[in-house]
Amino acid sequence: MKSKNDDKYILELKNVSKAFPGVQALKKINFNLKKGEVHSLVGENGAGKSTLLKILAGAYKKDTGVITLKGEEVKITDPKQALDLGISVIYQEFNLIPNLSIAENIFMGRAPRKKSGLIDFLKLHDDAGFFLKKIGMKKDPKTLVTELSVAEQQMVEIAKSLSLSAGIIVMDEPTSALTESEKETLFKIIGELKEKEVSVVFISHIIEEVLEISDRITVLRDGEYVKTVNAMDTTPQKIIRMMVGRELKDFYPKIEAKKGKIVLEVKTLTKKSKYEDISFRLHEGEVLGFAGLVGSGRAEVMRGIFGIETPDSGEIYIRGNKVKVNSIFETIKMKMGFVPEDRREEGLILSRSVKDNINITKLSGINSYGFVKKQKEEEIADKYRKRLNIRTPNTQQIVQNLSGGNQQKIVIAKWLAIDPRILILDDPTRGIDVGAKKEIYSLINDLAKEKIGIILISSELPEILNISDRILVMREGRITGEFTRKEATQEKIMQLAALKN
Amino acid sequence: MDFKDVLKSTEFGIFIAFLALCAILSFATPNFLSLYNISTVMKQVSFIAIISVGMTMVILTAGIDLSVGAVLGLVNVLAALFITKFGLAAGISSALLCGTFLGFVNGIIIVKWSLPPFIVTLGMMNIARGLALVITKGWPITGLPECFGCLAEGRLIGVPVPVIIMIIVYILGYLFLSRTIWGRYIYASGGNEKATWLSGVNVNKIKILVYTITGFLSGLAGIMLASRLSQGSPITGTGYELSVIGAVVIGGTDLMGGKGSVLGSLIGASIMGVLANGLVLLGVSAFWQQVILGVVIIIAVAGGSMRRKLLSKGES
Repeated sequence: MKSKNDDKYILELKNVSKAFPGVQALKKINFNLKKGEVHSLVGENGAGKSTLLKILAGAYKKDTGVITLKGEEVKITDPKQALDLGISVIYQEFNLIPNLSIAENIFMGRAPRKKSGLIDFLKLHDDAGFFLKKIGMKKDPKTLVTELSVAEQQMVEIAKSLSLSAGIIVMDEPTSALTESEKETLFKIIGELKEKEVSVVFISHIIEEVLEISDRITVLRDGEYVKTVNAMDTTPQKIIRMMVGRELKDFYPKIEAKKGKIVLEVKTLTKKSKYEDISFRLHEGEVLGFAGLVGSGRAEVMRGIFGIETPDSGEIYIRGNKVKVNSIFETIKMKMGFVPEDRREEGLILSRSVKDNINITKLSGINSYGFVKKQKEEEIADKYRKRLNIRTPNTQQIVQNLSGGNQQKIVIAKWLAIDPRILILDDPTRGIDVGAKKEIYSLINDLAKEKIGIILISSELPEILNISDRILVMREGRITGEFTRKEATQEKIMQLAALKN
Repeated sequence: MDFKDVLKSTEFGIFIAFLALCAILSFATPNFLSLYNISTVMKQVSFIAIISVGMTMVILTAGIDLSVGAVLGLVNVLAALFITKFGLAAGISSALLCGTFLGFVNGIIIVKWSLPPFIVTLGMMNIARGLALVITKGWPITGLPECFGCLAEGRLIGVPVPVIIMIIVYILGYLFLSRTIWGRYIYASGGNEKATWLSGVNVNKIKILVYTITGFLSGLAGIMLASRLSQGSPITGTGYELSVIGAVVIGGTDLMGGKGSVLGSLIGASIMGVLANGLVLLGVSAFWQQVILGVVIIIAVAGGSMRRKLLSKGES
């Protein structure tokens, strides 16, 4: 059955539902996509975006509902079939093989062959070069993927999608690992894709960029379809209201805390070809933001200070005491905490409980003759569960089963358990939903009030601008500028972060 | 942990399998359920089971120890040698110390040179077995005092001494893993070594600890076997590493680290012991026994992984 209305859309989902044991993940979702359109899916974690994405990708099968592609009903049974139908999904975790070249990755499993059956590398590199050129990527197709930045890897994924002649590209949180300038490049590429009549389904947590890039936006909440709106006719506040079902007042609640004594002083910290001559001071109760592009060396400096990757030279003073620059055990003893960028790899023991994860930093203090004081352990876990509003049925819950926002709260909780004086937060709101973000912002405020010195790295400029008391800008391993909260603007920071003087 | 969690646990699953096996065997052979047979099986199981406690800890940290059988063999020989030379107490304790030291060396090398445990302990397996042969020139050491035999052959309130030692080792191992901070650290470093280290836990010390414990327990089993056979033989414990790893794996401990328990390993070792005993009682040839044991190991692991998949499906 074809009606006129159906022809308008290249892809249409009607009343699509999906249930998992115990959870109705999607309830009668409607979604459609026009040719050459960017249509965003937004919603808090658990809203059903990932489930919908996986249905499109063929990773899950829908329970009920109809999917129409170019006016004909289709059944997407597995990922390969999705690709054959021209639907290509770029996941947050890329599907690239690090030790193979760009060209080999683009044509994984479909490399052109010579008559002898061997791979025709000349043609392979030519073909790959053609698709790289299409998206304006100036890398040699022979370059190994491991040598590429995250942004460049993403571009390889996009080139791969194009080479599969995908008419629909689904991007899951494509900007989460990108810097401001890389994001602009991505948006330019998306613009060009539109011109080539490729349709893009864009999934992101960051409302501002969704509004910037989309033609239309569909909001999901708790697995239900809320509304589809034109990006032109809406505002961030309206979108957020639809997402959370309530209005978030004061999205960045900044309270100026009183600046106290110096808690951390870093002098001429240097690590060859990573960062150079880094000197700064952090005060009690201060939130010091580090702005800069990915690769500017911000994260490396923090890892150096905490003692993870030893700097070559320089001095670190914690509350006036000089500390060894290569001992994470010593920095922790001096009450410094570090919330790493990659919480799943470096922050959490996913297979263990909420209680175990929170107490891991604390066990040496809550035992008698090595036997864990179970009651203390429970108390500590419960205290931080309540304080950080960690949403879990109980503290025995395995961390793996919790949402990103709750997981991040656990990582923060484990450091709060040592009663830290310095807390380094490396991109603490990465990939977590709006509600949890706001909770983390308020928490940062509270911690500053408790005289903790806080260093904040973030890939989102508005976040740094609104949360920090003072902002240091880094570019190519050096500090290129400093602003107070009042002086700082997005433009000023970008200038120092991205441009050579 | 409420009743539902118990039903869901891996240990419960294999315990049911164990009971089923016992039930089948007690119907198939009249002698299986006799008190004498059960106490014999438990005694046989005890040597493997004791080492399994250490191996469980090693595997929980995502490591492996292939040297347990050879360390057992070397300590077995050393115990016989030392006891005949220095007397009972000094002999036993110095032999035990040697086993512990070899485990410690395993740990130190794995940690300091960051080498894969598989390779280091494979090397240690050859070194220890080689040394045992060098010391004895390939001949068993005999002439042990009669009272030494009580260690393995004696009974306390009717229970064979090795079984009592096994029970004590399990109680201590269980308490160590589930109640102490080191137990917590062992599970944590197996679950995510990097995150555990970044939380300020000295993961290297934990690793050295688990290999040292395993060395000690291998030594303990070596001494018990010297007592049982009344001699120190350089080939004692050949192939034990595989039985021990088999017991731990059947017991549901994940080779990737972070998940498992000594309780599981005890049931795992018991399944292997009961199966071997049952096959003997049924008159199955020794050659076929090995084939069947191999099949059981694979089925147990496959069953465990299928169970996990089913359970995790129910949760998502």
